[in-house]
Amino acid sequence: MLEIIDLHASINGKEILKGINLTVREGEVHALMGQNGAGKSTLSNVIVGHPSYEVTQGKILFNGKDLLELKPEDRAHEGIFLSFQQPVEIPGVSMVNFMRAALNAKRKYQGLEPLSAGDFLKLMREKRRIVELDNKLANRSVNEGFSGGEKKRNEIFQMAMLEPTLSILDETDSGLDVDALRIVAEGFNKLRTPQTSAIVITHYQRLLDYLKPDVVHVLLAGRIVKTAGPELAFEIEKRGFDWIKEEQ
Amino acid sequence: MEDKNSFVRQVAEKKYEFGFTTDVQTEIIEKGLSEDVVRLISRKKDEPDWLLEFRLKAFRYWQTQEAPTWGHLKMPEIDYQDISYYADPTVKKNQDAPKEIDPELMKTFDKLGIPLEERMALSGMAVDAVMDSVSVKTTFTEKLQEKGIIFCSISEAVKNHPELVRQYLGTVVPYRDNYFAALNSAVFSDGSFVYIPKGVRCPMELSTYFRINARGTGQFERTLIVCDDDAYVSYLEGCTAPMRDENQLHAAIVEIVVMKNAEVKYSTVQNWYPGDSEGKGGVLNLVTKRGHLRGENSRLSWTQVETGSAVTWKYPSCVLSGDGSQAEFYSVAVTNNFQQADTGTKMIHIGKNTKSTIISKGISAGKSQNSYRGLVRVVPTAENARNYSCCDSLLLGSSCGAHTFPYMDIQNESAIIEHEATTSKISEDQLFYCNQRGIDTEDAVGLIVNGYAKDVINKLPMEFAVEAQKLLGVSLEGSVG
Repeated sequence: MLEIIDLHASINGKEILKGINLTVREGEVHALMGQNGAGKSTLSNVIVGHPSYEVTQGKILFNGKDLLELKPEDRAHEGIFLSFQQPVEIPGVSMVNFMRAALNAKRKYQGLEPLSAGDFLKLMREKRRIVELDNKLANRSVNEGFSGGEKKRNEIFQMAMLEPTLSILDETDSGLDVDALRIVAEGFNKLRTPQTSAIVITHYQRLLDYLKPDVVHVLLAGRIVKTAGPELAFEIEKRGFDWIKEEQ
Repeated sequence: MEDKNSFVRQVAEKKYEFGFTTDVQTEIIEKGLSEDVVRLISRKKDEPDWLLEFRLKAFRYWQTQEAPTWGHLKMPEIDYQDISYYADPTVKKNQDAPKEIDPELMKTFDKLGIPLEERMALSGMAVDAVMDSVSVKTTFTEKLQEKGIIFCSISEAVKNHPELVRQYLGTVVPYRDNYFAALNSAVFSDGSFVYIPKGVRCPMELSTYFRINARGTGQFERTLIVCDDDAYVSYLEGCTAPMRDENQLHAAIVEIVVMKNAEVKYSTVQNWYPGDSEGKGGVLNLVTKRGHLRGENSRLSWTQVETGSAVTWKYPSCVLSGDGSQAEFYSVAVTNNFQQADTGTKMIHIGKNTKSTIISKGISAGKSQNSYRGLVRVVPTAENARNYSCCDSLLLGSSCGAHTFPYMDIQNESAIIEHEATTSKISEDQLFYCNQRGIDTEDAVGLIVNGYAKDVINKLPMEFAVEAQKLLGVSLEGSVG
């Protein structure tokens, strides 16, 4: 599904990613771990096409398509979703209008008619339940005045609405208390199908307890330096990253 | 980044949708302004002597005045002798034939979305269609007459209801009010007249659509609305003009009189040609609009969406004389490319327990300049006056300017005055967040701007609100980068 080949990327002329190779197959969940500054968020931003990052070398293929040729909105339409580490507030734009614009843009890309107002609101109601998002939040402006936990739940709610095939969770667990973490993680699991995949960026085992990754990668200074099964995450939880550095 | 640049280019190249011209036989008087021209206009309209006197007094006063320079505007020099002050596109080919409307004119208004045949008209809306200096047609006049409502062009009102026009004309905006008011009072041509009798709730929206067509002419709209005791009317105004390289002058006066317990809602969607992306051409929109809340508990609200014009100089104002009267001003002013807007309101509190609300949303893009200028005055008699003002500015890009000039003159200590102001910018992060959800930058800007302006848009009647939303999107597309 996703194939990253020798990816180099920089921001403001500074190289952050120094040759990433990563393959994610249908139905797989990959955890991406590593210390701050290792390049985890850069990788997710490059996949979704953030304009601040420049790809200097390498390729990203998504279902065989050259992702780097696509505009950010078209990457979204192709089925890539990023749960932002810091979701942005958009004052004045209601979640309802925002989601309707997003969903109908995707439908247009797929050659479908826009959803009727009735069907759309029904879908909103249905998907809200997955992350127990309050109706009031859905009627407020995008992320405005949301608590940290509400913002993260709102990200998963948007994921539920847009039904991506590849989801990237960028520290979705940060700032969540135990209950909120459970709701977000269980919500995510409800959305999983054998056809959907995910890349989960996290520092902590507790999210992975819920999500049960198939593969765990460790990113160090812009390269993936270790790849193993779920047991690797346990080991990092216990021992930190230093032993991996020393192995290098 | 490259995407954004091409996007900006696309938008800059976007054509003004209403920029076509109508090929219709038009009688245009010679350019130039003098007492003779004032007399000629009055004669063409077959006016009574008192009105000619009014015009002449205004003209003589105007000659002694200088154009105001206090606006935050770089105004092109206006050569008043290089403008024709009267253009009549309804001129009859055969003087004896019954007056029929040239099909070209009907087609023009159809094209603008303003069908003038009543069976095709928007439901619940009566229209007075004005092109250049003359009212082409007013719809539903008979139906409204059944309720005693007068809705016609001001020229017809002068003929058919001279006593009403004479009683109110110039009482809210005297010809000495300002330079452009004096000019308008001297040479005004058409506009609408509305009279709602006591206790009548006008059953449909009344609207006037202004169209400038002829080259080298100015348009001098004059509108007078009188809403008698316990009456209600909602009035809408729309305007467009062809794309031309030269500036065209639109100097209007709108006067509104609101009597006891009466309510007037006045909405404008102003989409005059704004000039091209280089700042060439466009309408100079120099307008004096004022309402007098004469009666107790009278209400007046101005709602304006200003997206067009090269220069906008306009301060729809309220004089709150009646005790307990309430006035509102809601404004969205959008400037892009080289447009300049200096707009706002004046709220003059005279009666007791009067209340005013000002909500102004400025949106600036390109190399434009956008100013809010407002005055809140509470005179010593105005016990317990209240005002709430909120003036927000939204910037798109970094080459534009937003300015706020709030003036307060509070002479009664019981007044409660609140003022809030914010300036914000659409951030790259917001746009990228939208992009990641599949919303392209153009739609994202439209979404954010409409969200920002919705407090004002929501005040517009339904059909207008939809129109205004689209207009906001079109006026601003591509202005982020």
